[in-house]
Parts: sequence; C-alpha cells; structure tokens
Amino acid sequence: MITFASFPAPPPEHNAYGGTGRYPDDADEMDIDDGDGLEVLGRKLTSPGEVLTSSHAFMRGHGTFVDNEEVIGSVTGVIERVNKLISVRAIRTRYNAEVGDLVVGRITEVQPRRWKVDANSRQDAVLMLSSVNLPGGVQRRKVESDELQMRTFFEEGDLLVAEVQAFFSDGALSLHTRSLKYGKTLSQLRNGQLVTVPPALIRRLKSHFLSLPCGVDLILGLNGYIWVSKLTKASEQEGEEGFDAEAVYSNRNDDIDDATRAAVSRVSNIIRILAAHFVPLTDAVILDAYEWAMEQEGDLKDLLSPDVGEALVTAVSAHR
Amino acid sequence: MTIDLTPRGTADGSAVITHGLTEVMVDVFGPKEAKLRGQTSHDRALVTVEVGIMPFSTGERRKRNRGDKRILELAATIKQTFEPVIQTALYPRSEISIFVHILQQDGGLLPASINATTLALITAGIPLTDYVTAITCGVYSTNPLLDLNTIEENDIPHLTVASLPRTGKVTLVAMETRLHVERTAVLGIYVRRLIRAAADPTDVTIQEDALTDVIKHRLNIASLLFLWTVATATGDFDNPDVSVRKGP
Repeated sequence: MITFASFPAPPPEHNAYGGTGRYPDDADEMDIDDGDGLEVLGRKLTSPGEVLTSSHAFMRGHGTFVDNEEVIGSVTGVIERVNKLISVRAIRTRYNAEVGDLVVGRITEVQPRRWKVDANSRQDAVLMLSSVNLPGGVQRRKVESDELQMRTFFEEGDLLVAEVQAFFSDGALSLHTRSLKYGKTLSQLRNGQLVTVPPALIRRLKSHFLSLPCGVDLILGLNGYIWVSKLTKASEQEGEEGFDAEAVYSNRNDDIDDATRAAVSRVSNIIRILAAHFVPLTDAVILDAYEWAMEQEGDLKDLLSPDVGEALVTAVSAHR
Repeated sequence: MTIDLTPRGTADGSAVITHGLTEVMVDVFGPKEAKLRGQTSHDRALVTVEVGIMPFSTGERRKRNRGDKRILELAATIKQTFEPVIQTALYPRSEISIFVHILQQDGGLLPASINATTLALITAGIPLTDYVTAITCGVYSTNPLLDLNTIEENDIPHLTVASLPRTGKVTLVAMETRLHVERTAVLGIYVRRLIRAAADPTDVTIQEDALTDVIKHRLNIASLLFLWTVATATGDFDNPDVSVRKGP
C-alpha cells in the first residue's frame, strides 16, 4: 500500500513573502542555474520547454508533454513525481476541480433545466435543476412548473455554495447542493461578501465551513472563492426536515448591525492581505491573524496599508 | 530591460516588460468560459488577442481606435505567433484572452509584445510547448543591428523574428520594409544565428558582441521567471514536497 505524507514546510524567509517586484536590468549579477537540475530549497522547479526526463522511463502527467521521446514541462511550477508519473504543478492557475470539492460560485446564466455557474474553473460549471433541493421534500418529482420558475431559486448574479458532483466529458464541472454531510443545506449565500484568492492557497481542511468567535461565518471554497458572512444562527441551520425554501433560496439580506459589518470587513481584509502575500489559508492562520488585528490600534481600513499588512504576515508566520 | 510579473487585478497572468523606452503591459485571462459562443470549438480553446495603444505612448499624442488596421494586424500577428505554442487542445470550449497594452513606444513594438505575452501566459499557468522569444534585426549597409529603436526603424530595413528556443523553430518572421536583394543574405545569415543563439545561449562558436544581447535577453527572461517562481513557491503554499512511503 502506498501512502502520501507531506513534510512540514521550512520556515519561510522574510523576503519570501515580498512578492514579485520589479527586477533590475542586470543579468550579470544573477546567479543563473539554467541547467536541467534547478533545485532550490529541496524542490525542483521547471519552466516551459525544459526537458525533464526520458519518456521511456517515466510517464507524463499534468503540466508536461512528450516530444522526441522526452518528457518536457509545459508550465512553470513544481515538479512532482509519484513512482513513474512525472507532473508539473503550476504556481498560479485556474481551479482544477476534484469530485467532492466544496466550491463557492456565482450564477452566470439560467438555461433549460440547468444553471451555469462561474466557479473560477476553465469553463462555467453546470448546476442541474435535478441537483438542487426543491421545496416540498427530497422525494418530490421535478415538474414543468419547477422549470418555469427556476429564477425563483437562483437568478443571474446569485452566489451559492455547492459540491462538485462529476465531470462532463469536456472537463466542465457538474455541481450539486443536495448533500447533508455539511450539517446544513448547501444553498444561496447572503449577508456577507465574497473574497477571491488564488485557488492554490486554499488547503483541504476537515471542514470548509468555519465559524469565527467574532460572529463571522466563513466558507472556504476550494476554487479560491471565499464567502465571509454574518453568523447564521444554529436554529436556521436545519437540515432536510425543516427545509425552508424561503430561507434557502432568498437573496435578500437580513438586517446586519454595525459591529457585524465591521467584523466581516476585518476578516475580508485579513484574507486579502494573506492572499496578497501568498500565505495559504487555514482556520488557524485566519484566527491568528484576526487576534493580531484586534490587538492593533487604529481603524479597520488601516489593515490594508502595506506596512500593517507586512507586520500581520510576519506575526502570523512567527506563530507557526 | 525590466520585467515586472506582479499579479494585477483579476487577471490570471500579467507582465510588464520594457525594452529600452518601449513599455508593454500584457494581461491574460483564462482559460475561462468563452464569450463568443459561435467561435468556440469543441476540441480546443479559442485564443483572442486585443491590442490597445495608449494615446500617450508616442511623442505625438494620437488616439487610435480599436478598429485601426495597424492595431488589428498587430493583434492578428500575436495571435498567429502563439496559437501553435499554447496547448489549446487541453481546454476544449474555453477561451484564453490576451490583452496587450502599449504604454510607451520606441521601436520593437512587436517583439516587446510577444516577449511580454510569453511571460503573461506563463504566469497564468497556461501550458506552452516552449518560450517564444522575439527580437528585431536590421541591416545598415552590411552591418547587422539588433533591437532597433524608432529612429533606426524608420531608416533601416528590418525584420522581426520570433523563435522557440528549445527546438529552434521559428513561429514568426515579419518584415514591413523593403530590403535590397543583396542585403537579404546578410540579414538571413544573421537571423539564423540569432535563432541558434536563442536556442543555445552557451554555444561559444556563435559568440559575437551583438549576439550577447539576445543571449542576455533569453537568460534574463528565464532567470527572472525562475526567481519569481522561487519567490512564490517559498510562500509555503500547500507543501509541494510529496514523499512516497511504503506502508505495511
């Protein structure tokens, strides 16, 4: 049996989060290692057109192609090897879905018996009418009247949380919102705001629904869309039994008090800062950052200034 | 030459490149759901290129419309250069849109746009079979010149080549000026050397003073990109090290 284990990452260097600024015009001073073994920090990196290995000894995976009996990288990123399979994972790319992933998406189109959903993937995902819970119980048959009133469930521009159900032959995603394993109904999103980050930053967690003690609910979509919203009360999180179509398919916001608005904005800003510094997001990191932000004096919007952002990232990475 | 690969806005990949006084900014979006349903194909991604020349990019302030023939031609050239290099077959029914913004122009518009587009595509994580590196080459009397500026471009017959360094293949040769038939050979030989130099920067047999420019060029791009990758990768995102362990 083969199992996978990840090593703990080395402590990030200070300038590692510095992002990518403007590099000066100075080829002479650069330490150029243009050979075939670009090994930095124990990881192998490559860029398009770089010959990785022979195609006789290895199989090509994602991010590679075979030409002239050689496996060649086609993206810039990290080389991964699993037994005989060589693949390259790009640093920054669109969301590559897997079945069972939890995603946050936005309805772009209403079509016959289906919605098109923007899920940061290479094509719009599809949410079939048969893949959503309709008012009146699970076993109810879909009738023509449901088709005619699809916009009462989801309209263009509505946000929703869903699970990846399957792939179509051309690679498009099929979503569903019928799962019960999350303890609440997957549904329309309201009372909050959307933050977009690179999908690589969202790690797979035990639960992608987080409730922060500051009265903020967080949904970390694996596609890099994060929903930050007002805390939903436990009584409203009922499952299939107390299915309330009114609550699930409403796109009207509740009244939100100023304290909650501030908390939602603070959490959103923290996520934006962490993403700008390319820090992977987990519940622990976000909580650490929130505590740090609460200790700071100053206004909510001060968080977005570069100095405070850097201090936050340093503080958070020191914790780990 | 400077390169800036900072992510900008909602673009999936972006790059700003300067060649002397020429400055080009390229943003890449996609692969994403295709806007133009009619033009999408079921077996490959659609590549669209749009070029915008800023009115303030030249000495003489001048506004060009998007429908300007010269702009359309530039866009079509960039599209044709990249279509064979992008692995479009991996993204059926999708669209990859490339937006080229010319911020300053002082000659070498096309090579600068091509080099910037290569980098933007790479930062967007779009699979390419190779880098595309481009440069202009002119001939003055029997002396070849590289990377011309506007004044030189106006007076000297010149040629733009884009090559794929790995295979040494050429994806683009463009010449808009007239060249005396006797000078063609000079330029031809020189261009062939350029392509060889781009393919193998360490080949000492073709070292010449002028050629080091091209070599620098290619290395610059490769090494800067590499630095960028390292900088991003050390951000400890979803640890890429995978060890294979035999269980019981």
